[in-house]
Amino acid sequence: MSDVVEKTLTALPGLLSLDSQPGSNKLSSSSKLGSLIRGITELTSKHEEEKLIQRELTSIKEQVSSPNTSMRQMKELMVRAIYCEMLGYEASFSYIHAIKLAQQGTALEKRVGYLAVSLFLNESHELLLLLVNTVLKDLQSTNLIEVCMALTVVSQMFPKDMIPAILPLVEEKLNHPKEIIRRKAVLALYKFYLIAPNQVQHIHNKFRKALCDKDPGVMTASLHIYLQLIEENPEGYKDLTTSFVTILKQVVGGKLPMDFSYHSVPAPWLQIQLLRILCLLGKNDQSTSEIMYEVLDESLRRAEINHNITYAILFECVKCIYTIHPKSELLEKAAKCIGNFVLSPKINLKYLGLKALTYVVQQDPKLALQHQMTIIECLDHPDLIIKRETLELLFRITNAQNVTVIVDKMLEFLRINKDDYTTIDLVGKVAELAEKYPLIHVFLSFGGPLLPENGKKIWFIETMSTVFSVGGDTMQPDIPNSFLKLLSEGFDSVEEDRKLRLFAVDSYVSLLQGEPGKLPQRFLQVISWVLGEYSCLRADLEVDTVLRLLAKLLDMKTTSSETKSWVLMAMTKLCEGGAGVSVARGVSETYSSSLDTVLRQRAQELQHLRTRSYEPGCYPDTPAWSPWRMISGSPLKEKSNIMLVSRWISLSFLDGFVSEALAAGAAPYKPPHQRQEELAQAKALSLEPYGLSLPISMSSCSITDRQSPTLLSISSGLSGNSNDLSHKGGSSSLKLDGVKRVWGREGYLAQREPAEESAHVEVPSTLRSPSQQGGADGSHSQTPTHTPTPEPELEKQQLASSLFVGLGSHSSVCLMGKSEPTPQRFRRKARSPASSSGASKNISNSLVSPTITVDTLMCNNLLDSRITSEPDVSPLDQTPPLSKGLAAASGSCDEELPDSDVKGSSPSLIGDDALVAADPAPHEEPPKDLLLSSYLPAELSGLSHSEIIPLSSDQSLDLSACHVQKEGDLVLVVFIYNSSDSDIQQILLELDSEELEVSCECDGAVGGARGHSVAVCQYSLSVKRPSVHVELVGTVSYQFPVGTPQSVQFSYKLPLSSFIRPLTLSTEEYGAMWLDFSHDTKQNLTLISDDPEPLAASLSVLKKKLQLHVVEIIGMEGIVACRLLQDQPCLMHCRLHAGTLAVWLRSPVPDLPDCLMYFCQRALQEH
Amino acid sequence: MQRQTYLFPLFGYVFRLNILKLPGVQVTNSKMQFMLLFSRQGKLRLQKWYVPLSDKERKKISRDLVQTILARKPKMCSFLEWRDLKIVYKRYASLYFCCAVEDQDNELITLEIIHRYVELLDKYFCSVCELDIIFNFEKAYFILDEFLLGGEAQETSKKNVLKAIEQADLLQEEAEAPRSVLEEIGLT
Repeated sequence: MSDVVEKTLTALPGLLSLDSQPGSNKLSSSSKLGSLIRGITELTSKHEEEKLIQRELTSIKEQVSSPNTSMRQMKELMVRAIYCEMLGYEASFSYIHAIKLAQQGTALEKRVGYLAVSLFLNESHELLLLLVNTVLKDLQSTNLIEVCMALTVVSQMFPKDMIPAILPLVEEKLNHPKEIIRRKAVLALYKFYLIAPNQVQHIHNKFRKALCDKDPGVMTASLHIYLQLIEENPEGYKDLTTSFVTILKQVVGGKLPMDFSYHSVPAPWLQIQLLRILCLLGKNDQSTSEIMYEVLDESLRRAEINHNITYAILFECVKCIYTIHPKSELLEKAAKCIGNFVLSPKINLKYLGLKALTYVVQQDPKLALQHQMTIIECLDHPDLIIKRETLELLFRITNAQNVTVIVDKMLEFLRINKDDYTTIDLVGKVAELAEKYPLIHVFLSFGGPLLPENGKKIWFIETMSTVFSVGGDTMQPDIPNSFLKLLSEGFDSVEEDRKLRLFAVDSYVSLLQGEPGKLPQRFLQVISWVLGEYSCLRADLEVDTVLRLLAKLLDMKTTSSETKSWVLMAMTKLCEGGAGVSVARGVSETYSSSLDTVLRQRAQELQHLRTRSYEPGCYPDTPAWSPWRMISGSPLKEKSNIMLVSRWISLSFLDGFVSEALAAGAAPYKPPHQRQEELAQAKALSLEPYGLSLPISMSSCSITDRQSPTLLSISSGLSGNSNDLSHKGGSSSLKLDGVKRVWGREGYLAQREPAEESAHVEVPSTLRSPSQQGGADGSHSQTPTHTPTPEPELEKQQLASSLFVGLGSHSSVCLMGKSEPTPQRFRRKARSPASSSGASKNISNSLVSPTITVDTLMCNNLLDSRITSEPDVSPLDQTPPLSKGLAAASGSCDEELPDSDVKGSSPSLIGDDALVAADPAPHEEPPKDLLLSSYLPAELSGLSHSEIIPLSSDQSLDLSACHVQKEGDLVLVVFIYNSSDSDIQQILLELDSEELEVSCECDGAVGGARGHSVAVCQYSLSVKRPSVHVELVGTVSYQFPVGTPQSVQFSYKLPLSSFIRPLTLSTEEYGAMWLDFSHDTKQNLTLISDDPEPLAASLSVLKKKLQLHVVEIIGMEGIVACRLLQDQPCLMHCRLHAGTLAVWLRSPVPDLPDCLMYFCQRALQEH
Repeated sequence: MQRQTYLFPLFGYVFRLNILKLPGVQVTNSKMQFMLLFSRQGKLRLQKWYVPLSDKERKKISRDLVQTILARKPKMCSFLEWRDLKIVYKRYASLYFCCAVEDQDNELITLEIIHRYVELLDKYFCSVCELDIIFNFEKAYFILDEFLLGGEAQETSKKNVLKAIEQADLLQEEAEAPRSVLEEIGLT
């Protein structure tokens, strides 16, 4: 379809100027709107357009207010007004007329009136009140269209206070005979629920009725309400779980009418809605989750077509699987599914894959490990959105070991990013990480620092400096606050703190000596505070120097007055020792006459304190100024100062206020870090550790814990165990690949385990040999494209090892190897009995009742709101077709036996094409069928065989043959009847064929045959080269005891269909195989049209006659599979198309599809 | 995400929440926030807002988005982050279709909503082109309203949507014929 659109749309420029184009009769080009539009397109400048529109608006205004304007003209005017508004020109004068038009016009004018209202006004517009009466009137109208229009506008916008006025009328519409009205009424109620939940409390029962509506559209609409209700209160709707599961099962099974399908996926929007609901219901609830495992599995399995819509469903499935109570089997499938997303070459899918990974890494950090190379590639992706999502993912897997690398990557991104919103968000995250791991305590406790002692501090201070300079003044204000708090409160060791502060001072002094003009205000504030507090720590730093640097800030034009007051405060602290008098004096004199009262205040303080002989002592924890001034009204709004003060004083005078506010319902105070935590949790899926079924969650939980860095050591101890467990589960096997073994169960290995030295030694050699590295990579890396040059690859691997360090595999050496073999998308799986029986059950259902609507299947008792049993399939269609379906699907020869015995008249599959060819000489006394069949070898006698056909005869021998279909084999049986009286000692039989492979089960030598007796030979046949009929020629050589050797030649022809056997597989496997096959053919075949279910009937005919296996019938499509002996698969896809059966056959074997098509055609024609 | 009133709105945590949200947007679970159709030249062809916003905000948002999207290269991802929203867009010939959904929403399904809408337009206008939408934009709105209501997919069956539109159109034609006669009588 989109091709067509593309084509017509590209012809557009030419169309604009011309009227007489095909299709332009639809365009009301002669109307006033038309001329307006054309007028605009002819203009060249924005200014001209403005003039034209203003003129237009004036004319519209004149006309709408004229009493002579008919409603019909009004409609036309309104359309023009909408157009002008769309161009960005205000036409507010027309709003009231839009309402009037909706009120007074006939149905068609109303339609435009309502549209104009919905476009012009928003929910809170006061003019909307004037619409209430109109809506009320139209809801009572007998004209369905008017009712529809009223409901449409109500569902879009309606004044909250007026809901009671129309609520009864809308409720009434839930029982309307027309489904479109019911559907719109449900959506209107949904809207009411959103804006005023209390008003619709009493009609919850009616929602249930809507859920059971026999029209799928109404049912779908009601799910919006349920999603909302369940989101708010999942506990209240657990009883509906089975119903939702049942509905989803039916949808997935293709029970909805075809027109709900989208690109042959049944009702995808409905599926997604249901998956979301299930996700909410199953969260933290094992028993509820158990109900939905099956259907989730089914959904995953069915979504095989390579289309966006199936991926959308898969994404929702994965989300659901990772949210509900985990089931390892499903998790494994979901993880594989994420792999497909991430590895997809389509950028949209890749993005979604990253998003899904971000969701799940907290539960399963292993997954990130699996895809590390892809993640690394995404980090360098040219599209920023991909990069951004990757960083989001990395943010979730940050730990003390990889934090520096990840923060580096984030800062890198920040430097190229232009979007403010993203900057704010990311700066916040970097700051959060930096503050979370400021000194990386774990390293200290293990005594094996990754960075040099000072390096860590440098890292922290420098990272924060970058945050401040990049984040600028748009970043969240709590970042500098918490940074200063961290700095002033310090960490465990006094000495460490001193060094950190010292370093901060050093780095800021050098910054100020550079170009402070470029630094953002917030950063300058931080700098001045730090210098004011801690510059005395550096003994060799002259107070004068610092003061001069600060004074320079005051002189800069760009410095804001807020920053200036910070600077002044810093100076106040600095010069209390009596130093730097001259600078301070100058400054205080300048600013004591400042117009800014705050600055003047500061300057006064500076002057005052400078002259006082107060010796504060240079202890960093004690602010130089005394607290009394702050409380006694000095307008010190600076957060840092308040913060410091609050460490001295508990602010007890505020206690009353606090308790009052708490009593009034305010949320209790939470410190910022706790709020951060909550925010992170709200965005994540679930942080609660689950039960034993998911051992990984232990380690993931400890990794994601932000509060105490010491937990990390626990985590590394634990993860050893969890890793062992996962090894047992067989899901991961990590490989050694050139990465140092640094972390073990006991912690840092370099010091504890000297034995590991050897591993260290090996490392460089691996790294140095790129070819080896490349080879290793090629063998088990997941990256689809292998970079030819080893250097960047190596770089990436090193990056990977540093990024993914400490993820779920602390005790394992390898970080590079992926833990699972490359997921094979088209791998065939061993068929599980459950799935096959499930499939055949489906067939039986669809054969009997393919279009059962939802209500008949599930819902009469849903109304009672307590469902005890799940009415899965109505008893009517349960047993007989089921057994039949199963039997037919298994397709064993026993079932076919009666069929072939009756043959002769029937054009059935076996043997009718076997022809007598070689010697058409009449044979007077052909041995009787019955007679000969008794000579069939015992092991074959139970199986169906074709008619025994006389092949050829001479004076002493009569040759006949038949073939027997075994399940995995085709056996040719040749009967040699010695019609003479004497015995034949030696009979030799040779067979040859171009198409067939013949293997003899009796070495070609038959031995002898006595007079009037029968010798039997068996040959096993298989197809070398498919052809509609395959032929073999044979020679029988024999010799009587006395006489010359003689021979009889014969040929035997048999149809290819005798070599066809059912191939039982699941839809998923089918989907996987389909794309792999290169040979295909398509044809439209006659349909069996006298049956109410033509597709099912046709397929069952094919199944019966050709022994095909019907995999599944979904709506108007069916998929069928078979194999050619021995193991050559052939897949068939059938679709109803314009009264014919469009058949598409695919196989890896050349000519097989064509041959099979021939047989299908015949089978259907002869029916 | 719910807004919370903290007792001490300390230094902007609440502020941070505020800037996350569009100004004046009520927090509802309305999945789609708005839909815009614009041409390659940046001219708006259709706009539907499912969240209440003032005129000024609407203009600013559409200006911003049109610029951002037009600047993107064809092979790039169809999704982008904008404020706290996800923008999903797709180009059909000369027209860009652009939807804003919440961050947690499923972008792919939104992409397919766009596609379904284009399919509907295509069917209704018999192979639609931009001109159809320019000159009959009210029809395009009617179709959109039948398909999406209040930002949620209302009816996903193509047949049903078009049936509803055709019925209303039919009524329009019926009503139009006698009325023009009446008008003529009234005029004479």
